[in-house]
Amino acid sequence: MPLLSVTDLKTHYRSRDGLLRAVDGIDLVVERGETVGLVGESGCGKSTLGKTVLRLVDPTAGRIEFKGEDITVLDQRSLRGVRKSIQMIFQDPFASLNPRQTIGEILEAPLIVHRVGDRTRRRQIVADIVAKVGLPAESVSRYPHEFSGGQRQRIGIARALLLNPELIVCDEPVSALDLSIQAQILNLLVEMKKEFGLSYLFISHDLSVVRYFADRVMVMYLGRIVESADNATLWSDPRHPYTRALMEAVPDPARPRQAAPLGGDLPSPSDIPSGCRFHTRCPLATDRCRTQEPEFRQIAPGHQVACHFADHIN
Amino acid sequence: MASLLQVDNLTIRFPRAEPVRNLSFEIAEGETLAIVGESGSGKSLTALALMQLLPRAAQIPNGRIVFGGRDLARLGQREMRHLRGREIAMIFQEPMTSLNPVMTIGRQIAEVLKVHEKLSGRAARDRAIELLKLVRIPAPEKRVDDYPHQLSGGMRQRVMIAIAVACKPKLLIADEPTTALDVTIQAQVLDLLDTLRRELQMAVVLITHDLGVVAQWADKVVVMYAGRKVEQALPEDLFNDPLHPYTRGLLAASPRLKHDFHYRDGALTEIPGSIVSATGETGCPFRPRCNQARSSCGHNVPQLIVPAADRLVACSFTTSIKAVPHAAALSY
Repeated sequence: MPLLSVTDLKTHYRSRDGLLRAVDGIDLVVERGETVGLVGESGCGKSTLGKTVLRLVDPTAGRIEFKGEDITVLDQRSLRGVRKSIQMIFQDPFASLNPRQTIGEILEAPLIVHRVGDRTRRRQIVADIVAKVGLPAESVSRYPHEFSGGQRQRIGIARALLLNPELIVCDEPVSALDLSIQAQILNLLVEMKKEFGLSYLFISHDLSVVRYFADRVMVMYLGRIVESADNATLWSDPRHPYTRALMEAVPDPARPRQAAPLGGDLPSPSDIPSGCRFHTRCPLATDRCRTQEPEFRQIAPGHQVACHFADHIN
Repeated sequence: MASLLQVDNLTIRFPRAEPVRNLSFEIAEGETLAIVGESGSGKSLTALALMQLLPRAAQIPNGRIVFGGRDLARLGQREMRHLRGREIAMIFQEPMTSLNPVMTIGRQIAEVLKVHEKLSGRAARDRAIELLKLVRIPAPEKRVDDYPHQLSGGMRQRVMIAIAVACKPKLLIADEPTTALDVTIQAQVLDLLDTLRRELQMAVVLITHDLGVVAQWADKVVVMYAGRKVEQALPEDLFNDPLHPYTRGLLAASPRLKHDFHYRDGALTEIPGSIVSATGETGCPFRPRCNQARSSCGHNVPQLIVPAADRLVACSFTTSIKAVPHAAALSY
């Protein structure tokens, strides 16, 4: 039984421009001990997907199962138990830390909510986790503004780990950090994964980070997964034109400059193109792509692509 | 090529700190110079100093910024206003905060033309449409009447570029112009900037933290750390053979797309600590984080030396640093 299993998930919002289909029919599985990378550009729905999995946002349709239990329809009270096991790490930890509370108070709060131990025990747990994420012990009596960006993300990680979760949804955890700090945080996440036997759903726009960090990668475009494969396969044999364009667009010191691989902008999720939703920007689009939506199909074991021409691309 | 801008020994001082110290560099006409560094390196303040847009608390106690025979650091507000937008223009990371939300983009472009080129309303509007065409905005005749919120992030940055190049400046300062954009849009905007650079023969100061962008778009690179220039080189030299321990650390720490290196193979090379450790450091600002540091590094700030043609590095021990900390760095 997979740790997390999401079936045909849809999250739609009503907006002024009409129905906004942020997540529009997604299947997703995270196995125990696995890191699944979810890559896409802003507006593709990847953050909404992450929040829906945590039930911070209610899905419009579909099913979310955690360890076989259907959590799609659980009410807030019953969700509390599940929330212990699924945690989240955000891009900007500072925004998620109360500026008037000390780190000790911030970290103790989830333990109080979940009625873990007495005061002494809770303080011990907090002290342990602070040491584990590489912060000095005296951090507990300090306030968030006294920490650098990298240290704040360590606090965010500490908070996510407090309740011994099994799955952590990481939403752009290193995007706001400087390069020299990024490596520190990625290494810490790997260490914590090993130590606590964690699984990650790792959401990022940065392909090079996902390349390093994920076991399996899903590429998302306008609310749908367009390609999914294990890490090595995706980088060596990408089959969706969008995946290839994303890879080519990353400026690489080891490669001469190329023309921008894609023209145009991401269409609005409230006005999704007909047929294949990528056809307005796809260099290979034909009439068929404009009318017929490609099926998300398997082209090799563990490798799925939503493109009519996936077999012809290599 | 003739020198367009010379920054000579520039120091920026605030009441309690000097975030840029003794910085010198030079840009030739039509050249792209990248200034690369992390937050706190002083790269954005340097950009603001070139435009004389530093916060009021900041002073320039010493150093010169020579542009067209004049020292911008000592130029009066009035003269500077005359230069700004006309001969030197700037674009920023987040176009939405630089654009006026209650004014159509056409009027915002026209404003520059009215002030600097004394164009009439009608002529300015026509020229605004031409400029939108120049920055490859589709249907410019319609878009000219749009408000900023009706445009995507990439389109807004194109509008900012249109405003910046409206008077054909000789120098464009681009401060993290694509950092807020998606990678496919980033490629488009950088393409556009480079095309305009050639068409308008304008020099570009590209301020960025992205080493990939540097490698592909710069003619020359300055690496800054804690307010100082620590290395300068041509991009190919910098990536093939980084000399300063900080540059080496950065290259080694970056997970790169084409490198087959996965977390299961091992940890990324870290640069320990953070840039905060440079505060109050009497010697080399990178010393507290440097894995090559010796006790003598704490005595004096290392002088820039010339280890090879077209190169500068502020580390006395650079020739003896043989071991590159990570295999990934070797293949650059």
